[in-house]
Amino acid sequence: MTAFPLLDPALCFVILTTAVLAVAIRTVFAAVVSFIVFGLLMAIAWVRLGAVDVALTEAAIGAGLTGVLLLSTVARIAKHRADRGDDVPILEGPEPDPAPTDPLPGLATQSLAIVLSAAVAAALVAAVALLPVPAPGLVAEVGSRLSETGVESPVTAVLLAYRGYDTLLEIVVLLFALLGVWSLTADARWGGQPGLRHLARPDGVMAYLGRLLPPIGLLVGVYLFWIGGYRPGGAFQAGTVLAAVWLLAVMAGLVPIPKVSGIRLRLALVIGPAVFLAIGLAGYPLHGAFLGYPPAIAKVLIILIEAGLTISIATILGLLVAGAPEERPS
Amino acid sequence: MPGVVWGPDVGSGLLALAVVLPVAGALLILPLGRHAERVPHLLFMAGLVLATAIAYHVWIGGVLTAAIGGWPAPLGIVLRADGLSAVMLLTTALVLVPVGIFAAGEFQPRTADGRESRAGLLFWPLMMGVWAGLNGTFLSNDLFNIYVALELLTLAAVPLVTLEGKAGTLAAALRYLLFALLGSLLYMLGAALLYGTHGTLDLTLLADRVRDDASALIAAALMTAGLLAKTAMFPLHLWLPPAHGGAPAAASAILSALVVKASFYLVVRLWFDLFPSLLDDTGATVLGLFGAAAILSGSVLALRQARLKLLVAYSTLAQLGYLFLMFPLAGGGTEAQPWTAGAWSGGIFHAVSHAFAKASLFLGAGILVQGIGHDRIADLRGAARSLPMVIAAFGLSGLSLMGLPPSGGFIAKWLLLTTAMASGRWGWAVVMFAGGLLAATYVFRVLNRAMATPEQPLRLVQPVHQSRQLAVLFLALVSVLLGLVPAIPFELLQIGGGLSTVEGFR
Amino acid sequence: MSVDSLFTQPGLYGVTGALAIGIGVYGLIVRPHLVRKIIAVNMVGSGVFLLFGAVADRAAPGPGGDPVPHAMIITGIVVALSATALAATLTLRLSRETGRTALPPEPEDPAVQDKES
Repeated sequence: MTAFPLLDPALCFVILTTAVLAVAIRTVFAAVVSFIVFGLLMAIAWVRLGAVDVALTEAAIGAGLTGVLLLSTVARIAKHRADRGDDVPILEGPEPDPAPTDPLPGLATQSLAIVLSAAVAAALVAAVALLPVPAPGLVAEVGSRLSETGVESPVTAVLLAYRGYDTLLEIVVLLFALLGVWSLTADARWGGQPGLRHLARPDGVMAYLGRLLPPIGLLVGVYLFWIGGYRPGGAFQAGTVLAAVWLLAVMAGLVPIPKVSGIRLRLALVIGPAVFLAIGLAGYPLHGAFLGYPPAIAKVLIILIEAGLTISIATILGLLVAGAPEERPS
Repeated sequence: MPGVVWGPDVGSGLLALAVVLPVAGALLILPLGRHAERVPHLLFMAGLVLATAIAYHVWIGGVLTAAIGGWPAPLGIVLRADGLSAVMLLTTALVLVPVGIFAAGEFQPRTADGRESRAGLLFWPLMMGVWAGLNGTFLSNDLFNIYVALELLTLAAVPLVTLEGKAGTLAAALRYLLFALLGSLLYMLGAALLYGTHGTLDLTLLADRVRDDASALIAAALMTAGLLAKTAMFPLHLWLPPAHGGAPAAASAILSALVVKASFYLVVRLWFDLFPSLLDDTGATVLGLFGAAAILSGSVLALRQARLKLLVAYSTLAQLGYLFLMFPLAGGGTEAQPWTAGAWSGGIFHAVSHAFAKASLFLGAGILVQGIGHDRIADLRGAARSLPMVIAAFGLSGLSLMGLPPSGGFIAKWLLLTTAMASGRWGWAVVMFAGGLLAATYVFRVLNRAMATPEQPLRLVQPVHQSRQLAVLFLALVSVLLGLVPAIPFELLQIGGGLSTVEGFR
Repeated sequence: MSVDSLFTQPGLYGVTGALAIGIGVYGLIVRPHLVRKIIAVNMVGSGVFLLFGAVADRAAPGPGGDPVPHAMIITGIVVALSATALAATLTLRLSRETGRTALPPEPEDPAVQDKES
């Protein structure tokens, strides 16, 4: 269906190769790197499937933030080992799997795993082959009522109007992930700063990047937020970019790390879902249903929701990567 | 569809509030921090009023539906409450109020020196998250929306396990999280296949479109496997006891009483509402055999525990097993017999009465830990004299576990048992008898110890506030009360249910 | 409804998703290191989303596709990140408290582990 008939098969082959690598490769660090490559290739697959919104999200969150999170986990585990005197260099050092203390599964488990995963994959291939032609979907329904939502991008209409309730619960899920991460703080550290450190020397590359990139990132973030109504983009992608900018600025030592007990931080966390909830409740008198938007002001309401969401998403994502407040090096 | 209203009438308008209320609670508690002390209790009371109001509207007006944002299915998400949803909402609210009162003695947002307490604060929004996830699951009529609600439930429930900061609970919480995540992904996979086949995820629309074919079977199998992992059903059960046994008592109560019931509820919805024609004898028998294995292995393991909290946790495995006996007894074979409805109601009734009994048992075990400093069963001598209310509650809740009258558990097991015997399926009846005997053994093992006279009178290491003991007793009394006045919940259960639920108790 | 449909563009990505799920399930069972288990769960998730995306592409091939699954997949990716963050933090705590980066082979009594560590 394109000028490169082998592009899709080749992409699928490489995706599966990185997937196998992520499972089979010897060290955990290499597995994380394979998984990040896997995620980036997935983003290309999404472009091939015509889903640019998903591609942006997969690249920024699925590969990007997840990758940063996993890399920092591996680095911190290696640091724990080093603190205990197990002599392991931090990033490039192999975190072996299994680690010396960890048990290996037996032969029976391994055979069971092969049979089970092969059965699941085979059943799914069969299920894909069984999907009916012509394929059903909601393309027409989404398009026919788009004018009532005030937005032009169909995906944004689904996310914030037709299925806005999903998105409301989703931002709440994200918030609870942060509460879960925070709940693992040692009691003595509660109320302190998350486990992020200023990494940069004042004259180093990091500090330079930290000064250079935030204004650009800020611009990109605001742009992504603004075009969400028309084209691929929106609160989640914008929030991710802003979170990255913030993390960079913090690591460069330009911005202080906020305390988890700070009231302004807490308000930034809840403003998105709170605005969403308030507009949702206003839907009862305005449009006769929870989350009902009168078509005349639907666009304004959705922009308000997206603005609140962007603030909360950026804050939560940044803090998720920063992790729980922990003992800092003296 | 008679009785279905799409408009914004009062009853339907209430449905979304059942999720909005706990979410708003969490959003309020977080910035309030150490000043949030009273907020949760007010919300729990408001939640009870709300659940009662929804149940009342279902009772008088039949099934309630509300299209969120005014977007009807398949484009939008529809909330739907029938008798089963209403019963689950009410059960949740009725368990949460006493658990909240109990937990106030342990989790205070403000420490003694006036600062904000980590566990004391976070416990409350996490409870709100669990509550929102439960209500969201019970009320949603959309398979993907249910996926999001289930994930909310998981991400709020797992941190509760480790909230006391004990190192031993970390592995348990991780195992729980991994099982739950894989479970919801399998569930979501099945939903994706259904969307690809039928172009909708609305349960009502899907029920009309689903055919009895291979692709439906693959989707149903994936979703069921995922939900069984989340319910801790045999053979995917081993994550539960360390997680539920290691969590703080108030959290254990919620996890064992309510959280595992959400995924069970979905299995019931899937097989009785969405795929009734797929539930043939083989599938139903497999589910039943898992249940039987859970009853026997869970009971035997419960007998071997040295600590009360773990005994109670293993007993959850066994009691969850009974729930899955309803599949071979109420389903399996399309010819509906008069007695099959009894098995359906019996299964649901068991889920409800177990919720109250188990919450009471876990809270009681928590009081023992607080009052006498440990929960080692061998050293419980004199507990009945020092903490009479708690041991009395243990005995009353034990009735439900054993299936003895008068208790909700008795009615539930009796319904399942009469169905098994009426249809001549003695195998299931034998399993239930054996499970009852084993339950009696582990319940009396604890009671015997607790009632024994110690050589020296037992001294409480820490006083136990009266309100906490009353919370335990209240939950136990509800589990007994269900056996005394079963007619009202039964009639409510049958509203809007499928073919398998009519006939029923009378 | 045939094997031929596997050789179309959406069919190809659907099969890739199915295989990624299989690889993830295998890794989840066999690999003891918790970071690798987290990767495996994420891989299962990516496979589920890709399969769902292939379904969406079948409904409306070419740019755009069916926006309803796309919106759901975006939600799913965010939810997966949330779960990953919690799992990663739990793993870090476990590593710091016990020196272990894997789960014990059989679930144990948490109180017993407390005494050991």
